[in-house]
Amino acid sequence: MLQSLTLDNSPSLAGFGFRSSPAPQRLPKAMIPIAAPEANAVLSPDFSGLVLAVAQRQDKQAFAQLFGHYAPRVKSYLMRHGADDGQAEEIAQETMLSLWRKAGMFDPSKASAGTWIFTIARNLRIDAIRKSRRPEFDPDDPAFVPDREQAADDSMEAGEMSVRVRGALDSLPEEQAEVVKLSFFEDKPHGEIAKQLDLPLGTVKSRLRLAMRRIRTALGEKEE
Amino acid sequence: MAALHHPQSDTLWAYAAGTLDEASSVLVASHLALCPECRADVARMEAMGGEMLEDAGTVSISSSLDDIMARLDGPVFVKAQSQPIKTPANDTILPRPLRDYVGSSVDTVKWHGLTSGVEYFDLPVRAKGRRARLLKIAPGTRVPSHGHGGEEMTMVLAGGYTDEFGSYARGDVETADVTQVHQPVADAGEPCICLTVTRGALIPSAIFSVINRFFPRLSA
Repeated sequence: MLQSLTLDNSPSLAGFGFRSSPAPQRLPKAMIPIAAPEANAVLSPDFSGLVLAVAQRQDKQAFAQLFGHYAPRVKSYLMRHGADDGQAEEIAQETMLSLWRKAGMFDPSKASAGTWIFTIARNLRIDAIRKSRRPEFDPDDPAFVPDREQAADDSMEAGEMSVRVRGALDSLPEEQAEVVKLSFFEDKPHGEIAKQLDLPLGTVKSRLRLAMRRIRTALGEKEE
Repeated sequence: MAALHHPQSDTLWAYAAGTLDEASSVLVASHLALCPECRADVARMEAMGGEMLEDAGTVSISSSLDDIMARLDGPVFVKAQSQPIKTPANDTILPRPLRDYVGSSVDTVKWHGLTSGVEYFDLPVRAKGRRARLLKIAPGTRVPSHGHGGEEMTMVLAGGYTDEFGSYARGDVETADVTQVHQPVADAGEPCICLTVTRGALIPSAIFSVINRFFPRLSA
């Protein structure tokens, strides 16, 4: 049913959006259409811009687009982690409803829409499937050690970051990409992933370490 | 005073993926509070997680979009997530993730005696086979030499210690695997307060070397 809906001709969406709230004074960077930085980059919708549209004017059409793209992916992610269809459906919907409520907290200079949605889904999964808590640091903590001042040319535009992150992932040698993928899609400790791949644990650990080093370099950070 | 010793990369990957056990996650989150470098690494790992989500494949949603859109207008009903605890700080020794399990200050921790000069407090954390324990070691104390039935992570919160592998101060994390025997010695001056996360029992080094010699596969 969902797959068959298209945004433009769906009667259910005809009246959405454009409440009487005033238009924002200036467009945030991420909403300004940017040219694809690479000729071969696939032109995908500006998901960060859609989250900002939800944050700024409760744009339901933007939400529907985000839902259409991400909810089936979140559901698939959850089922790979052992949720059954019903539970995965429920948590996928909760993830998207959390996006609706928390859109104001989204910061496109820190993460892409996909990354942010991944963290919401991950945390709901830990809560609901693992039935445990996820301890997280708190930037308002008096004990917190803040980041060093970021150099001005260090910050990236939202669209650029996405492209570079994808490039970093694609630059990983197959054997490193494999353990990174298994880390995200299998809810098991690295010891079990090592057994599954018939590798010593030390090899899995060193592949993950090398992958991180490569990603750091690909994202333009200095080598450790 | 940035940390010099960090958790191993695979531990950070597991934290980013959300597959790390809760006891180890308390230690990692506490380290992240004190270490901008590892925070940046975990953010990069989460960005990979975002790309993984794009590649996760799709499973179609069974509810109709209309039903879901209708939920946006009413009071959005989302099943209550476990509420974040915000334990206030009465000192700056315990980072927030740790205070949520230990209390607002190290001064109010109910320590139990372990060995001479060493006191402990076990965190109320549910994690299969893992234990998170706060240790307070009197200045200059030599902790009995021991090996590990499983991996052990130690993070220093106050004071410091030195063992065969290095010197550790606030924010530093040491990971000892099953093959390592070590004898930490607390620095002189102030008590060393640290968080340890262990899997399996600690094994006194004399017994450990016998096990290793005759049953190397047991500890490998």
